[in-house]
Amino acid sequence: MIEIKELHKYFGALHVLKGIDLNVQKGEVLSIIGASGSGKSTLLYCTNGLEAIQKGEVIVDGVSVHSKGTDLNKLRTKMGMVFQQWNSFPHLTALENVALAPKIVKGKSKSEAREIARQQLEHVGLGDKIDNYPSALSGGQQQRLAIARALAMEPEYMLFDEATSALDPELVGEVLDTMRLLAEEGMTMICVTHEMGFARDVSDRVAFFHQGVMEEIGPPQQIFGEPTSEHTAKFLANVR
Amino acid sequence: MNQSISFFSGFGPKDLWFLPQAAWQTLVISALSISTGTLLGILFGWILSESKIIGAVTLGLVLDAFRSVPLIIQLVLFYNLFNVIGLAINPFWAGVIILAVYTSALVANVARGGIEAVGAPMRRASRSLGMNYLQTIRHIVWPIGLRAVFPSWVGVALGVLKDSALVSVLGHPELLKVARDLITRTQQPLLVLAVAGAFYFALSYPISRYAAHLERKWQS
Amino acid sequence: MNFDYTFHWRPVMRKLPDLLEASLTTLQISVLSMIIGITFGLILAILRMNGPKPLAWIATGWVELARNTPALFQLFFFSFGLGAFGLHLTPYFIVLAGLTFNNAGYLAENFRGGFQAVPETQMRAARSLGMTAWQSYTRIVIPQVFRIVYHPMTNQLVWAVLMSSLAMIVGFRELAGETQALAFKTFRIFEYFAVTALIYYVMVKVILGLSRLIAWRMFRY
Ligand SMILES: Nc1ncnc2c1ncn2[C@@H]1O[C@H](COP(=O)(O)OP(=O)(O)O)[C@@H](O)[C@H]1O
Ligand SMILES: [Mg+2]
Repeated sequence: MIEIKELHKYFGALHVLKGIDLNVQKGEVLSIIGASGSGKSTLLYCTNGLEAIQKGEVIVDGVSVHSKGTDLNKLRTKMGMVFQQWNSFPHLTALENVALAPKIVKGKSKSEAREIARQQLEHVGLGDKIDNYPSALSGGQQQRLAIARALAMEPEYMLFDEATSALDPELVGEVLDTMRLLAEEGMTMICVTHEMGFARDVSDRVAFFHQGVMEEIGPPQQIFGEPTSEHTAKFLANVR
Repeated sequence: MNQSISFFSGFGPKDLWFLPQAAWQTLVISALSISTGTLLGILFGWILSESKIIGAVTLGLVLDAFRSVPLIIQLVLFYNLFNVIGLAINPFWAGVIILAVYTSALVANVARGGIEAVGAPMRRASRSLGMNYLQTIRHIVWPIGLRAVFPSWVGVALGVLKDSALVSVLGHPELLKVARDLITRTQQPLLVLAVAGAFYFALSYPISRYAAHLERKWQS
Repeated sequence: MNFDYTFHWRPVMRKLPDLLEASLTTLQISVLSMIIGITFGLILAILRMNGPKPLAWIATGWVELARNTPALFQLFFFSFGLGAFGLHLTPYFIVLAGLTFNNAGYLAENFRGGFQAVPETQMRAARSLGMTAWQSYTRIVIPQVFRIVYHPMTNQLVWAVLMSSLAMIVGFRELAGETQALAFKTFRIFEYFAVTALIYYVMVKVILGLSRLIAWRMFRY
């Protein structure tokens, strides 16, 4: 379980997250929506310790992420992350991209790591691309590669930061399908997204962020059907 | 004041006057060879990019050789060749000619890059607008290509300014030769080296910074 | 025009083994100056990017001096300049120090550009997979930087070979120095320098050819 308590984050004087309280249960799919600059990405980075926090606490399976003694590298293997910019490693083949972290972070043998990588590439539908370099893959394929790379660490949580925003429209579908597949398999997911269809159909809950505050959270029918905050209503009216 | 005079005891005011004179020689040699070398180099670059004939291939090989042999070897080699064929020529002009040819080999590469940066499609487009060959060069290739390669041309020119120091092997009193002689005579290596180094640095540093600034500006 | 000079190539050919041996010295000192230069260049680049202020300034001074003064001036510094402090290097070390100083300055700028060309997101992606900072650098960032700086690095090696000919002026007998010594003893200056020019040409071409071969084997993406 991920527990976020009274989380405050500043960039210098800029107050980016203003006291976020949020729990995500095992097996849950949470979508986070909101205007750009509202602090959605920052929340994900704080959740897996890529950004420091100034106040509050993030607890993942009982471990406090920002406490002194926490082994962040170990913790991060529990949380796969997929970013908006496709950042597959250009100097490695698809297989090597996926096999590297299991090998050097988890200490798997070379053949074990390659086997895991092959399975995960198969899983995201890239079974026929294992020897390609990222430069020979489309944006959508690179994003699926990034998902496979994260899955190879056998994470218990997946964090998606606008995984489809940088893609050409015709490539968005294949990545959303892969994410949908993970949700069906029971993966716990936090998805920052601008795909309202995905948020409505796949998530258990939807959270709306506005200027560093989580204005409301609830089941998709409620958020999309009868939002309680006028900001939510306005935002949804604009994206439709 | 008295102290500093006695400190530089081996160093008369007349000695100090040698350095600016020598610096002037360096400037003249560089200016002459960079300007003629650039004109030649643009011509060569144009031939290389325009014609695929044997002539261009041969020219390309010859120019490449000038870039693959140390300048100091070229200077000694051609200076002696001039003597061998009975062309009585002083070190100054020998140095200028050899440096100019060397410069042209470097500029030819840059110029060809500039012409190719404009690209065949764009040239074809301008021809299709009814511009003739010369108009295309004048209004399309020149302004666009110039922007693309001006920073690298500055790099070449500054390189030649620094390489002009090698004309000293022919015995011509450019800055570093005079500096070396002065050091031997006055035993004031630090002062002399500082003056000589400062001269090159004061020319090269601001110009290279300015070229880098232009490059950044033009890229965005 | 009177053409009373006759070319004599035989004496040069007889000394060819000496010239070839000297060209090995040229290669040796150039490669060594590159290896040390790469090390210093990396350190200078890192210091300039995120070193403490005074060290960053020293690094910047080194880089700018190396790039904005003649290589011959840099050799003079290591001979007469250090001599003023009572430090008298042998001709070999003068040349090695001069080449290394120059290489490091130019390479530092290449390395800096290489590091800046690898997007920050690569580092973040690596860390998000649980890699340590060291692992992220050595496995993800450095290999990409290496590819970016590979060609500039080869060019610098060629440049080092050409630059090492300045040894002739400070009296070290690598290829150019050896040529000069032999040529002025026999007065067949033109012939000696012509053969030496050819040897340099071949060396440069071999280096470039090999580097292209290595690049082709190494960079598959
Ligand atoms: N590294 C950073 N340094 C300074 N400000 C930042 C940094 N990252 C994000 N911000 C600022 O924090 C705010 C929230 O950013 P972000 O979390 O990326 O928003 P979102 O993902 O919702 O678009 C924005 O105003 C952004 O400019
Ligand atoms: Mg964002």
